[in-house]
Amino acid sequence: MADGNTINTSRRFFLLASAAGGGLLLSGCMTPADTTDGAPTLAATPAKPAAPVVDVNSFVAISPDGTIRIMAKNPEIGQGIKTMLPMLIAEELDADWSRVVIEQGDADATRYGMQIAGGSFATPMHWDNHRQTGAAARAMLLQAAATRLNVSVDELSTQPSFVVHTASGKKIAYGDLVADAAKLTAPDLKAVKLKDAKDYRIIGKPMRNWDSPRIVRGEPIFGIDVKVDGMKYAYFEKAAVFGAKVVSANTDEIKALPGIVDCFIVKAGPASNTKMGLSEGVAVLADDWWTAKEAATKKLKVQWDEGDTSTQATAKFDAKAVELAKGAPMSNLSKSGDAAAAIKAAAKVVEASYVYPFLVHAPLEPQNCTAYVKADGTVEVWAPTQRPSGGIDLIAAALGVDKAKIAVHMTRCGGGFGRRLDNDFMVEAASISKQAGVPVKLLWTREQDMAHDPYRPGGYHNFKAALDKDGKMTALANHFVSFGRPNASGALAVLSNATMAANEFPAGYVPNHSFDQSLMLGEMPTGPLRAPVSNAVCFAYQSFLDEAALAAGKDPIDFRLELLAATPTAAASAGGRPGMVASRMADVLKVVRERSGWDNRKSLPKGIGMGVAFYFSHSGYFAEVAKVKVEQNGAWRVLKVWCVGDIGSQIINPINAHNQAQGSIVDGISEMHQKITFDKGRTAQTNFYDMPLLRMDYAPQIDVHFHVTNNPPTGLGEPALPPVLPAVANAIYAATAKRIRTLPVTQKDISWT
Amino acid sequence: MASYTLNVNGKTETVDVDGAMPLLWVLRDKLDLKGTKFGCGVAACGACTVHLDGKVARACVTPISTVGAQRVTTIEAIGQTKIGQAVQKAWLDVDVMQCGYCQAGQVMAATALIATNAKPTDKDIDTAMSGNACRCGTYVRIREAIKTAAGVDTKDTREV
Repeated sequence: MADGNTINTSRRFFLLASAAGGGLLLSGCMTPADTTDGAPTLAATPAKPAAPVVDVNSFVAISPDGTIRIMAKNPEIGQGIKTMLPMLIAEELDADWSRVVIEQGDADATRYGMQIAGGSFATPMHWDNHRQTGAAARAMLLQAAATRLNVSVDELSTQPSFVVHTASGKKIAYGDLVADAAKLTAPDLKAVKLKDAKDYRIIGKPMRNWDSPRIVRGEPIFGIDVKVDGMKYAYFEKAAVFGAKVVSANTDEIKALPGIVDCFIVKAGPASNTKMGLSEGVAVLADDWWTAKEAATKKLKVQWDEGDTSTQATAKFDAKAVELAKGAPMSNLSKSGDAAAAIKAAAKVVEASYVYPFLVHAPLEPQNCTAYVKADGTVEVWAPTQRPSGGIDLIAAALGVDKAKIAVHMTRCGGGFGRRLDNDFMVEAASISKQAGVPVKLLWTREQDMAHDPYRPGGYHNFKAALDKDGKMTALANHFVSFGRPNASGALAVLSNATMAANEFPAGYVPNHSFDQSLMLGEMPTGPLRAPVSNAVCFAYQSFLDEAALAAGKDPIDFRLELLAATPTAAASAGGRPGMVASRMADVLKVVRERSGWDNRKSLPKGIGMGVAFYFSHSGYFAEVAKVKVEQNGAWRVLKVWCVGDIGSQIINPINAHNQAQGSIVDGISEMHQKITFDKGRTAQTNFYDMPLLRMDYAPQIDVHFHVTNNPPTGLGEPALPPVLPAVANAIYAATAKRIRTLPVTQKDISWT
Repeated sequence: MASYTLNVNGKTETVDVDGAMPLLWVLRDKLDLKGTKFGCGVAACGACTVHLDGKVARACVTPISTVGAQRVTTIEAIGQTKIGQAVQKAWLDVDVMQCGYCQAGQVMAATALIATNAKPTDKDIDTAMSGNACRCGTYVRIREAIKTAAGVDTKDTREV
């Protein structure tokens, strides 16, 4: 790796290529000396070209010494995007990867467009334009070489970081061409010729995580590691109840404690949403974080106005959900045919209710942010965020600052999982810095992270399926009970990520379906957790399909393949969510059947079982088989998971792709042990002893296989996750004849004799 | 407040802090050694794993007053030992990392394991590493990397 390369920066020429705005500009320019050592810096903006620069979004810069600097535009949360996106540029540039230096871009919508770690969007969004950017830069180098050698461009080719003239045997290093190339006009991005996939030297090769060398050396690259001159450490006390207001606090007493620099109440103004953005609270500042935290947790006394949410309780939600399920649904999400009539006419009706709990994201790096609201009215922020623009919006609204005056440096994130798409920690840090008048590093405790999360909403699915005499599913009805909050007209509107898709499979693949919904009031913050909605709904649907398959007397894979073989009606693609291509899903199911030895499972002893599930999300097709061992006392462990995915024609960075799929599977199994519950408006769980993470000894063996198809490449941060939960639940049934209809799985429910 | 003289990564350091302050915060906020991470504050995740006289300790629950003359080793210095170097290299070769936040603690725990048990089995790895959570779920690779560093067969021998 080129990590640590030294760049001579006093006077260098850049080759600037832009993937945004549709145009590509080239500029000969000089930069002031910068201090980057080839790795991203936390405390300083990566050096941007100074005058006479043409103001463009620069993604790639080649210097005369041959160093190729590539900007990584998106937040890095562990999905490997900082390594992967630059691979696309480097490939088409035909760069020598060992001469590439990757820099983390700042938040800058003008230069980079959308910057987000979410939705597994990055691959489909950048597959074309990043490759075109690299190809455009290569075209300019080729043109410069053609002019110098006085030959036609057609006679030239490239080898990593060299232009080659085969006829004469001449080779020119890219660095030696930069000065000439910088004088050329750039080609149209859309017009550049891209490589044939068979010629790839970087895409499809295992490129190791760019930041890993710094991580194993313990270098300060995460948000929590940021240090700014004059910075104070802040602890921010918030109420246990969402949206509570501060009435009073003993701030003077706290200020007088040894080591405490400042203590004050932070009020949330009218522009702040106190449940989802800036919470009211009390800030305590010190020269180290522990001193501030100790003073706050041991000596601070706050009187809160707990507001309207202090009676929320999971037990009440559960009871209400049962009551709502019995009544008429509040609305219909989608229907085809006549499900009620088909159920009436059925040879067999299968009926079951599925329940999953609220979940917390709990990335391992607790929420934190360093912010400096300066005397001149500008704001500088260093944040581990998945969506910097959201943080800028919150800060602008809360502080009344023009967005253009807010600079955000994106640090590496110690996990994200969707948590850092919400930026409450950013607006808290900025608000505290504004009142304190100094740079502030805010850090949350783990307990605060558990108590203040945009939770994955719980949900309740009440299914009825009709089977005909041949065991074919003729109808599926679901009364989904979820959570809502009153909208402007007072009606309950479904909470963020408490939805389900109108075209959830098998809608459109069975002749009749009806998906109905009822809502109850939920006044907790909710948001997207990795594979949002899918991570919950998949468990319910793919578990219930298993019940239906067994009731039909069919092999669970055969049953699913039969459903997938139907010609889908319009209901399969209705509702705004893209429909899947059933044949792609059938194919991954067939491959996982083969790889897992599914058809030999009958020989397994009681207590060991295999289960299957599939899911289409984030444009990815995943089928998974789990093998689970359940002891007689109900202790259980997943022995192995086989995962087969179709995410298109190209696995861009296979070593990381396998890692993502492995991690998704561990993450999904972990979720089967977890829950968040509320009592008296408070989150009951507090830390990793009551909200457990799966550990080494419970992590299964994992077989990941990518089924390559001739389709555009799509993302992989999320789609491998959803199927593992029902695959494991279905395997537990196979092992014990105990059906898991409620998560988390508890040992006492699956003991057997 | 009291003065404590520590041996951190072979250097003598003196800090003037409350004796109850955990070693983690002395390292991070007083000595500016940010490699040791905060994850839970209650010894439930292992992100803060350091060595005291070569043995694994959770710095977030180790009051500075209890450290005394024990040698404190952190991730910043783990590459100074042969085993630590081998573990670091294995972590890169196997490409263990996703977000990387827990990995300093994982590397510290793995180095301590191999230092006392040159050829760890899968069961040994389970026992030694179960205190270190990886939220990204890189366990398959942590297991492989430990075996790679120890120079043993990387095959997972657990029941399937």
